[in-house]
Amino acid sequence: MNMENPYIPYYATVEETWYETLGERAIKTFKVVFDDEEVRKSWEHFPGQCAMIGVLGVGESMISISCSPTEGDFLRFSVMRMGKVTQALHELEPGDKMTVRGPYGNKFPLEEWQGKHIITIGGGIGQAPMRPIVEYVKANYDNYGGLTMIYGARTSGDLCFKEEFEQMTEEEEVSCHLTIDIEEEKWDHNVGFVPQVLMDVSPSPENTIAITCGPPIMIRFVLENLKKLGFEDDQIYTTLENRMKCGIGKCGRCNAGNMYVCKDGPVFNYATLKEIPEAFA
Amino acid sequence: MSAMLLNKEKWPDFIGKLAGKELWAPQVDSNGLRFAPVAEGEVPSLDFSNTRVPPKEVVFPQTETLFRFKSGSEELKQPQPGKERVLLGVRPCDARSMKIIDKLFNWDEEDPYYLKRREQVTLVGLACTEPGLNCFCTSVNGGPASTEGLDLLMVDLGESYFLEQVTKKGGSLLEELKELLEEAGNDSQEQKESIAGEAANKIKRSIDTEGIPAGLPGLWEDPLWQRVSASCLGCGTCTYLCPTCHCFDIQDETEGQEARRCRMWDSCMFREYTLHASGHNPRSTRRERTRNRINHKYNYYVDKFDVIACVGCGRCINLCPVNIDIVDVLGQVKEALR
Repeated sequence: MNMENPYIPYYATVEETWYETLGERAIKTFKVVFDDEEVRKSWEHFPGQCAMIGVLGVGESMISISCSPTEGDFLRFSVMRMGKVTQALHELEPGDKMTVRGPYGNKFPLEEWQGKHIITIGGGIGQAPMRPIVEYVKANYDNYGGLTMIYGARTSGDLCFKEEFEQMTEEEEVSCHLTIDIEEEKWDHNVGFVPQVLMDVSPSPENTIAITCGPPIMIRFVLENLKKLGFEDDQIYTTLENRMKCGIGKCGRCNAGNMYVCKDGPVFNYATLKEIPEAFA
Repeated sequence: MSAMLLNKEKWPDFIGKLAGKELWAPQVDSNGLRFAPVAEGEVPSLDFSNTRVPPKEVVFPQTETLFRFKSGSEELKQPQPGKERVLLGVRPCDARSMKIIDKLFNWDEEDPYYLKRREQVTLVGLACTEPGLNCFCTSVNGGPASTEGLDLLMVDLGESYFLEQVTKKGGSLLEELKELLEEAGNDSQEQKESIAGEAANKIKRSIDTEGIPAGLPGLWEDPLWQRVSASCLGCGTCTYLCPTCHCFDIQDETEGQEARRCRMWDSCMFREYTLHASGHNPRSTRRERTRNRINHKYNYYVDKFDVIACVGCGRCINLCPVNIDIVDVLGQVKEALR
């Protein structure tokens, strides 16, 4: 965070880019490194946080940081092409610069979760904020009681981070369950909606934390099913998104009830969230 | 310096003495009365009820540059800080509003643009003697002679102005002007009190806010929100002209090779304010947006900053094109809580 003026962004250079998914709403991943060495040193982010990334002359968008600090001195963003700013971001290629300010928001309390079994349940681009959890837990595996990942999308072409997750299905330490909505040739993972796969996997709630992120309809059924499996509200976390402009609790628009998603969130415990009627609006 | 008196005959000299500073006072322009710099040699009149645009625009302009940049250069050039300003004739409600939004701009990360202007401004207040038809400051912890947020308060005693120092800043201003002033005696003090008391009695609109912040969450699905928003046009006047509304948008503007990132007032009454890129909108109708506006002022802000984000200036009532009246809305809230 730029302490003198939080509205002034830092420059970061794109090192690598690749497409996670194609089509009109393609998702492109950017691996970027801050130009200024001082910024590289002082920047600290943690799973759950976001950053305002942008292209000068076009604008900024709040995007989840989709890597864990355990992966190295770079940032990763997976951006779906939706509007003006994300379109301009998609035009960036290695060597181009984007602007970054942040990191913003609270964190997944991964330190508090030590010793527990971690289960992430994601859908579509909703996996982006949870990928850092998976990476973080993998890097500190001995401190946790296990890692289960359930991730789905409409088709195999809509899955983000597909290669690394497919590899994970073969690793013993991670119980990784990929799923797509409709049967496809050459697909040897699950077929079916994420909430159903959750029931098939049927994780025990004992000493477990479940984190879910994805389309609102998926979240609704995941929550329902977690309750059926015996999870208590305070064992369930999610991360919200709302339109944002400042990232520092001033511009007003990201509020869900009396919470600013940019400051009090984006990570919320379900026990808290349940009390905010606007949270699932 | 204790309370002082300024004979009205010396008003032009008073203004003359302040000529070295950037002096702002209410002046008429095509949009009605608003704060504007006083031209050299001019003597502003203090014969007004209140400005249409609140003086928040002096510390939080409708549009301001965050930084400028040029294509082909990496430099992000921040604007030069402005000059010290003296605002003359600020109504107590508007001064209080700045105190209230200070909390937001100071919260956690500091907002350097707002805070710099705030530091550079001296607020010389003018107590109300003839409150407007829709004023209700006394219902929200204000008053026609409230000093909260002011540096100096002026009270019209008829022949002279009673000047009361509120802050050090106000004190040093008095010090500069002292040769025009005379010490205010006990009789002036009493006269001031009685004028303030009379003014408070002239305020006809009121709402007992007791229980509103705590009660609003329980009225989330109450039919009242549909009722009170039914005639809303979503024009945003109530928020733009509200002295405590502080929400903004950030946009880039380019012209040829030159560009700037700026911020501008925005309004929670606009659909686009919360519209997601996906097309999803968490506050998709005027019912939800009206509910948010009232909750933000009378519930969320109280939760976060321990003060109601409304000073009872009456602008949103006076200027709403379809006569939505916040005192009436709050009355319906109270009714629903009964």
